[in-house]
Amino acid sequence: MPDKEDIASIAHLMRRAGFGASRQELEERAAKGYEATVEDLLHPEEQPPIDDDILYRFMPGYEGALGPPINQAEWVYRMVNTQRPLEEKLALFWHQLFATGNSKVDNPPEITQQIAMFRRQALGSFRDLLVELAKNPAMIWWLDNNGNHNGAINENWGRELLELFSMGVGNYSEDDIKDASRAFTGWTIEPKIPRNPLGRFYWNFEYRAEDHDDGEKSFLGQTGRFNGEDIIDIVVKQPATARFLARHLYNFFVADEPQVPSWNINPPNDPDAVDQLVAAYDESDGDLRSMMRLLFNSDFFKNARFARVKSPAELVVSTVKMAGNYQGPRPGFNMLAMECNWQGQELLNPPSVESWHTGGEWIDGGALVRRVNFAAGLMGDTSLPGIREIVEELRQRGVSAPEEFVDACLDLVGPLEFSESTRSELLDQATEDGELNWDTDEDAEKSEKKIGVMLALITASRDFQFA
Amino acid sequence: MTVTKKDPVVVILQLTGANDYLNTIIPYNNGEYYDNRPKVNIPQDTVLPIDDELAFNPNLAPLKKMYDDGNVAIIHGIGFENSPRSHFRAMDIWHTCEPDVVGTEGWVAKVVRDLDPKGENVLKCVNFGQGLPRALALRGVPITSVSNLESYGVMSSVPGMTGEQDRARLLDRFARMYAPAIGTGATMDYLGQTGRDALKGADIIKAAPEQYTSTIEYADNGIAKYLRDVVRVHTANLGTQIFYTAHGPFDTHFNQPPMHARLWTEVSRAISDFFDDLREHDAADNLVMMIFTEFGRRVRDNGTGTDHGAGGGAFIIGDNVKGGMYGTYPSLKPEDLNQGDLDPNYDFRGFYSSVIDQWLGLDPVPIVGGQFEQVQFV
Repeated sequence: MPDKEDIASIAHLMRRAGFGASRQELEERAAKGYEATVEDLLHPEEQPPIDDDILYRFMPGYEGALGPPINQAEWVYRMVNTQRPLEEKLALFWHQLFATGNSKVDNPPEITQQIAMFRRQALGSFRDLLVELAKNPAMIWWLDNNGNHNGAINENWGRELLELFSMGVGNYSEDDIKDASRAFTGWTIEPKIPRNPLGRFYWNFEYRAEDHDDGEKSFLGQTGRFNGEDIIDIVVKQPATARFLARHLYNFFVADEPQVPSWNINPPNDPDAVDQLVAAYDESDGDLRSMMRLLFNSDFFKNARFARVKSPAELVVSTVKMAGNYQGPRPGFNMLAMECNWQGQELLNPPSVESWHTGGEWIDGGALVRRVNFAAGLMGDTSLPGIREIVEELRQRGVSAPEEFVDACLDLVGPLEFSESTRSELLDQATEDGELNWDTDEDAEKSEKKIGVMLALITASRDFQFA
Repeated sequence: MTVTKKDPVVVILQLTGANDYLNTIIPYNNGEYYDNRPKVNIPQDTVLPIDDELAFNPNLAPLKKMYDDGNVAIIHGIGFENSPRSHFRAMDIWHTCEPDVVGTEGWVAKVVRDLDPKGENVLKCVNFGQGLPRALALRGVPITSVSNLESYGVMSSVPGMTGEQDRARLLDRFARMYAPAIGTGATMDYLGQTGRDALKGADIIKAAPEQYTSTIEYADNGIAKYLRDVVRVHTANLGTQIFYTAHGPFDTHFNQPPMHARLWTEVSRAISDFFDDLREHDAADNLVMMIFTEFGRRVRDNGTGTDHGAGGGAFIIGDNVKGGMYGTYPSLKPEDLNQGDLDPNYDFRGFYSSVIDQWLGLDPVPIVGGQFEQVQFV
């Protein structure tokens, strides 16, 4: 039997490597063991994918969804219902890193294709991922590489590849950007077919040799008639690239770092952890699965419980997973997508290529109000299946006294580790409300209401904002 | 709380993504302009001339009319030295007034701190939009950020807790859970403050939409909606002195002409409707609007759009603004360009200082970090 600490470790892993898990799933995984669970997560291909036939039969509009929020809703459906949690979490990681937005691409199905590419490449080599990214039609359009011509470069993609996607600012010159851009001339998309009344056509990558600048380039100290893949080959061998990627992984999976633009000035909070991730990158030739294996099995990860502010997508998806009312196809995923948007993270439409600011910056007055209202509204609803399970569990355990009640709720919703000040407020609430009692139907109804209020308060707290 | 109706008010409008200044205020008799912009230009016969040299883009017609009425100040050549071509970095510089190091403290938030040193009015500054721009970030300074004015409020959705007594109890417990606690860390402190402020602000601001009526019919787009929200809160007399909102994306690397035209059609109509609405409520005379963008765009076009540049322009609009043009339009001569970009000749911190000093009556030096030449727009 897994003990409470085993469950807490697995709960931490599942919050980070996925979007949380039900109590039953946590217990099953804990029984199997931590490292075995990490291996399961690292091999999503061994679990069934989302059944597209079922999904599209119930929600035909989702296939090639024409626009927001339906395309966003389709992704939220996958986040909630996936049996491959790490694959979906990494897709979100890559989306936040390679931020591509519908505001400009204006072809939602094409961005959905980009996310599907992230799923396929999520745990492969970083080099292959960057090559796929460079050929991705939504990215080409987003960063104007279709306007990057032999003799008339457009340096948008070349610059962001280096500044935001691989090395970070301060590790290359303006000349490197120009020659990297020259190397990607001719990497474009086939002529677009105008939209038809029912939707859009997918775009396709096209390499136009006649528009490629085949001249000699000088890039990061090397000289040659480089093409785009050569540039990526050089980029992935740069120490700055390993370090930049390691820090992004740390920031997303382990603990909040300062905002990205300050990284060339502010050192990592845990330099040793970043060094370990860099070593994993170097030893494996940039293999993402090796990096993730090291990360999840490391002490720096295991010791970083509740060290990150949840992103809106994490908050929304993990809360509905716990409430258990969005399993399988049903209406309402549009609202979940809009909710992420209102909390400050419009999926598939980041504010700019620099993506969202993370950590404490997810939260301002407006966002906090929405987070609180959303989570408390669901968790306080004792009619929902996931909340019913909590009620039943409390009843079976015979929970009654205030302290026992508060701690059992914190355990079943997490296990959560709350600050003493918040816990004492919850305790005051429980004491004022009086003991739980299940003797008569009327008693049970009152107890249920108290549980709803307690769960609403737990999810409305500041402690709950952390994962 | 007594509110003096005539407290000065500033509305800040951020054009996100770097607006192309050359195609906004156009040097329409300058051959260099048309030589450099073979594809992405505004034809000479369509512009709205200001004088023999400069003209408004035709999509700014409503602003041109306001300019002719003497209510628009145009500030040429704004920017800063060694302008980075990165949106992220440039916007951070505009937001923090820190061109040399990475700043985290927003200049607008510093203004708010000076207007309300004890943080007594959480509605002193209201942001409309998703998320808070860095200009408004400063620990200890409450900013109310509203994405949707109609639905703003704390713990408004707990099932079975809709009775007034139940709700009062929940809100009281919420306030206690967000009370200052020792030793829980910077982010927890920040969340506590944010929660307490949200609780206060939500209570007050929800009254604003109920009182407002208007004959102005705004267009259906984001900037029109948010500027209408500004009027609704401003006319409710809640003591708000700073409003902030943004529109975009102006990042027109590709297919610029229709995109740029659409954006400016939306923005200029919204601004014109906004001021008409204010006048209808007799609420325009104590308000100015500042418009800025992170940088201008490259002088030479790239075939269908324009890449990141440097120098740009800014605006101050209002009924009590001394309209006209300020500063010098940067030279387009090849020898005067800086890496192919307009060389800024006016420091953006002077633009901020002008409003902080002349309109709000505060000392701009500690806010923008030094003495900078002002434009005498009042």
